[in-house]
Formats: sequence, structure tokens, C-alpha cells
Amino acid sequence: MGLKRMLENWSDFRKDDYYDNEPYMWGMAIDLNKCIGCGACATACYAENNLPVVGKEHYSRGYAMHWMRIERYWDEPDGHADIDIPEKPDTPMDGHAGIPQTDVVSFPERGAHYIPMLCQQCNHAPCEPVCPVAATYHTPDGLNAQVYNRCIGSRYCGNNCPYKVRYFNFFDFWEEGWHGESLPHPLELQLNPDLSVRSKGVMEKCTFCVQRQRAAKDAAEDAGHPNYVEDGSFMTACQQTCPTQAIVFGNMKDPKARVSKLWASHQVELGRTEQDKVSDVRGYRVFGELNVEPCIMYMDRVRNIEV
Amino acid sequence: MDSMKDIEWARINKDVLGSLETPRITFWIVLAVCSVLVLCGVAAEVYQYNNGLGVALMDRPHFWQLYISNFIFWIGMSHSGTLLSAVLLLTKADWRKPIYRFAEAMTLFSILTAAFFPVIHLGRVWNLYWVLPYPDERTIWPNFRSPLLWDASAIFTYATSSALFLYIGMIPDLAICRDNARGWRKALYGVMSLGWMGRAREWIAFRKTYVLMGCFLVPLAVSVHSIVASDFAMSIVPDWHITSFPPYFVAGALYSGCAAIITLFVMLRYIFKFEAYMTIDILEKVAKLTFAIAMVWNYLNLSEYAAIWYSNDMYEHEVLIQKFIGPYWPVVWGMILCSTVAPFAMAFKKFRQNLWAMFFLSLVIQLGMWLERFQIVSPSLASNHEPWTWAVVWPGLVQLTITAASFGWFTMLFLIFCKVFPSVSMYEVKELVFHHRRVSARSELEDLGKEKDATIRAQEGMA
Repeated sequence: MGLKRMLENWSDFRKDDYYDNEPYMWGMAIDLNKCIGCGACATACYAENNLPVVGKEHYSRGYAMHWMRIERYWDEPDGHADIDIPEKPDTPMDGHAGIPQTDVVSFPERGAHYIPMLCQQCNHAPCEPVCPVAATYHTPDGLNAQVYNRCIGSRYCGNNCPYKVRYFNFFDFWEEGWHGESLPHPLELQLNPDLSVRSKGVMEKCTFCVQRQRAAKDAAEDAGHPNYVEDGSFMTACQQTCPTQAIVFGNMKDPKARVSKLWASHQVELGRTEQDKVSDVRGYRVFGELNVEPCIMYMDRVRNIEV
Repeated sequence: MDSMKDIEWARINKDVLGSLETPRITFWIVLAVCSVLVLCGVAAEVYQYNNGLGVALMDRPHFWQLYISNFIFWIGMSHSGTLLSAVLLLTKADWRKPIYRFAEAMTLFSILTAAFFPVIHLGRVWNLYWVLPYPDERTIWPNFRSPLLWDASAIFTYATSSALFLYIGMIPDLAICRDNARGWRKALYGVMSLGWMGRAREWIAFRKTYVLMGCFLVPLAVSVHSIVASDFAMSIVPDWHITSFPPYFVAGALYSGCAAIITLFVMLRYIFKFEAYMTIDILEKVAKLTFAIAMVWNYLNLSEYAAIWYSNDMYEHEVLIQKFIGPYWPVVWGMILCSTVAPFAMAFKKFRQNLWAMFFLSLVIQLGMWLERFQIVSPSLASNHEPWTWAVVWPGLVQLTITAASFGWFTMLFLIFCKVFPSVSMYEVKELVFHHRRVSARSELEDLGKEKDATIRAQEGMA
């Protein structure tokens, strides 16, 4: 059956623009000027997507399951120190908290750069071809989907992801995070019923809140326009929670959507490299040079270093 | 003088069959130690299975670690067996004859050891069979683009073919065993020798099959390790994504495998008293081969560094620099000391002919090659594209225990094989002796003829 269908549609599969006629292509734009690094998006993601809280020890070992994380980067010190930071941070997060492992003891007053990092839903996703069981694949609406039930945990995708935004269930966190018991009553009621709780040995990652997308599509279909979800009719959890509205999410096939306008105004386009851009627009895609075609545009932070 | 050339045929049978009966006491000691190691490994795996892969102390950038490097190590070791038996069979190098049987056994058992690691490594082992392309009612196929799937196919093919090669090559010897054995051994050899009577027709068919299998195995072996290299070369991780990885892996495989052959050579020679067969002469030839392969491997290693250095890729530069001065420097420098510097000792004839020096050196080379596999996997992940996730992780107790157990498992299988089956090929050694006799007899006749001519000439001169 599968083979027959494949042979019949072979020419379609071979086309570069196989998904071009699909009505949806989800994308995001994140303004780093607006990001204040509060971490509300990460918290919202935990609540929405049933992410386990792994605890201090596991976090320090690198087992954290934050699909959305705030990365912090500091500028190289430029001579004079404003804040002194102890040489050895006494947290156990050494090496995982993003604190550079150098002898730098002070940082300029301007503080950290924040960059919210989540799955970039790459169109040339490096994680997809390497999965031996095809547990991760590209959906027609441009998502990089992860099928938990199919995953056997070879973790090749995690290695091949340049953003390292794939998270592996090294333990049965929901079972063991609570001292060997499953969630004590009534905490299980806080779980989101729209998606599953993952077990050990499975890779997971940001889905652009696929459960909300499905609900919105269903609603659109009920309202009589099956291939058109109005921009802003639903939000991802991180977008909804961001206090400064740094995150914009939407359908990039819809020219009226905010995200499409932002991408266009920053001269960022799928299938196009950075080289022919004018220099005074802020939009860029992380690791664009790897040609993985990420669906998230970041807008660079601009600072007045004279102040 | 090579003592092997003067062995009587009957003594060959007696010696080799004797090895099945009375090994030195060391055999039982080594076997016991290996069994304990295997039990420890089973315990570690059960612990990991129950608790999740977190107990192996891998983490987010380090999704792969010792399990994968061990996998490459063991697959690599299997390659020399094929080289020694198939390549040298096709090139008609006679000195392979007394040692190829155990080299083939080494091939088979190191594949069986290697095959464990991708399994142990999986997050959900119980769904392993999903990797295989079997027809099921959901019409879901594995992903044929994934190098891991190629791995699974390659391992299955290679394991099957080398098991067949080993078995086919053993049939005439199994018949000899059958004719001399009693009890359960008689039944076993009787079934396995497939009614071999030593007729001319059987020998012709046997020879054809064996050479054909050899021709098939050589390209297969090369492709298997190239596929293992693709696990890395096909990814975009800096310092894995290297075009020269397949030949580099094949050379490294032959290198560590040749070292393993030397180790097992000395071990077998001692434990099963094969002094008359595994001569110093053969050891020297294996050492020369190892030295040549060591140089090839070193060349490929250097060219890989050069390719990265001149590539102008900042991620790969970073990884390369971190390899040498970063947290994993003991591993990388250890590899260079053991696998690049140490083999130059083999340039000296005295060293090559010293049994225990070669034994020690072969262990050092294997350590170096094991470190080489580790430094392929870990440093690249430690300094990947995304600086926020940079972290240094060393393998934990569970991984180390399972690693040790793999060595125990391999040695255990190997020793049991040598106790049950003839580890020196009797019929091929006989051929070697026969060949030598014929050559020496002819030269004796020629010498006699010359003497006669000289006498006649002398007499004529006198006349």
C-alpha cells in the first residue's frame, strides 16, 4: 500500500516545492531588543507542554527539559569592571548556566545578552534525515514534527541539531522527579490534556504548540474557512506570556500576518542567504551559514554603548 | 630456522586436536575473569534499563559517548580478520595459513560484541526491531536516509558473511575432528562437517566457494566501516562532517585489528602451546603489516587535521584546537603517543622478533586506537556549534563497566571457540608443509644434479 502510493506520487515527492501549495507555513520572529530575559516564556512552555521539572541535580547534569530556554551571553570585558562576579560560581551549574569558563571575573555594566532559544523548525532540518525510524519528519505546514511513539532513542537527531534544542528523557522524570512516585494528587490535574506525557528514552522538542494550531485549524474549519486561520486567532504559549511581546508567531504564507510583514521588512526570506542584505536591518537567522533554513527570525539587539 | 617446515602431518593433527583437550591453566583463569566481567556488565545494563539512560551520565550535548566509540572500536577490530584471511588468501601469502582461523574467529566475535553497543545505547531498546525494514500492517518503513539504518544492514550482512566464511573454511578440519573425537564432540563435529569425505570433487567445490567468499568479503569489509564512518561524516557536527572519514576509519580499523591479532597470537601461542605453528617468523610478518598500516593511518590522520586547519571553518577550528589544548587533551595526546609514536618501535627487527615486547606494544596500540575512537566522539560534541551548551562530560561508572564487560565478552567467546574448534587450520598448514617439501626436494635434486655435473666435468678435465 505505502509503496504503491509512493511510486504513484514519485514525481511529486521529488519536487523541491513539494509543500508549496499548502496553505500554512508557521514561522516566528523574536525581537531581542524587547527581550528582558525574564524567563516567562520558558515557564509558560513548561505549563503548556507538560515538561517535567527535573530538579537541581539533574539540571546541573544537563538533563533539563526546557523546550524554550533563555541563553545568556556577556560581552567581552572592555577594560573596566562594573560588577564583580566571584571567580567560581558556587552553583553546581558550572558549564551549563552559560557562564563562560574563563578567568574573567568581571563583566561590563551592560549585563547579559538574552536570546530565547527554541526549536527553529528548520526547513532543511539536519535532525530529520538521520533518524533511523523516521520518528521526526517535516509536516506540510512546515513543522519539524517529532513522533514520540515512534522514537527509539538513538539520539542521532540531538547530536545533529546545531541549536541543541532537542531534549532527551534520560529518566522517567514524571515518575522519579517526585521521589520515586508519580505525581501526588492533585498535581496530575495541572497536566495539559491536549498532549501526552513523555516517558523515558524518548526525544522531545518544541512543537510551536501544535495542539493549539490544531484547535485553531479546527475552529477555522467550523467557521467555514478551512484553509485560513486568522492571524492572532491563537498564540503559542511563549508568545502569549511574553510581557514585552517580543515574540511574534504566525502563518508565513499569509501576507497580512504580522510575522510575514516583519520578515519582509527585515529582508529575511526562506531560501535566501544573508549576503545580499542591506546592513541596517536587524533581522537574522541563527546559524544561517549552515543552510538549515530555520523558520525563526531574530532581530538583533541594538545598544548605545556610549551610555 | 623455521621449525614449522619440518612438522610431520600426523603431528599437526595431534597438536591441533590436543589444543582442544589440554590448554594451560591460564585458560581457565582468563575464562573465569572474563565471565565475571560479563556478569558485571549484565548487572550494569539491567540497572540502566530499569532507570533510564541518565545513569550512564551522558547529557545534552553528549548524546553519544562510550557506547558509540566502543561500537566503532569493535567493528574496527573485526576488519583485520577479513584482511588477513581474505586479502592474503587472494594475494596468495602463505604465511597467513597457521593464523587465519583465529583471525576469522576474532572477526566474528568482535562483530557480535560491536552489535551489542547500538542496542545498549538506545533509549527504548524494546523497540529495536523498528530499525529493520520488515513489512508490517501499518506500512511504516524505517528511514532509508539514516546512516544508522545503513549500519544495521551493514552489521547484519557482515556478521552473516564472516560467520559463513569462518564456517566454510573450517569444514575439512571439522571432518578431521569428527574422525578423532568421542562423545558430544563427535556428534557436534559430525553434524557440522556436513559429511565431508575429502573427495577430489569436494575439494574443488570447497576451493571455489572459499575464494568466491573471499572476493565477496573484501569489498564488503571496506563498505562496512565506511558506513560506520558515515554515522559521523553524514552529520553536520563540526569535526564529524569530514569527507576523508571513510578511508580514515577503514585504515584505523585495520590498524587496531592487526594489533589485536598480535595480542591474540601471543595469547594463543602460550595458552594452547602452538609454539611450533605460530612462529616468530609469522609474528614478524604481521608486525611489518601492522607497521605499514600504522603509517597509512597516521597519514590520513594528519591529512584530516590539515583539511580542517585550512578549511576556514571556525567551528571545526575550535574543535580541533580544543582537542589538543581543551579538557580532553589527555585523550588526544594519549592517542598520539600510543598510536603514532609507539609503533615506530616496530621499525627495528629485534623488537619485531621479541614475543613479549610485541605483545605489550600491541596492547599499547589498541589502547591508543580506543582513545582515538573516544576523541572522535566526545570533543566534537563538547564544543559544538552552540556555545551555550558547551560542557565537558566524562563517561560514568555504568558506561565503563559495560565497556570492560565487552572486552570480557569478546575474550570469553574467543577462548570458548578455540577450545571447541581447531584454532589452527590443519589442512592449510599441511599444504604449507607439503609445498615446502616439494620445493626443497626439487632443490635437493637440482643440487645433486649439479654435483654430478661438476664431478663429470672434473673427471673430463682430468682426462
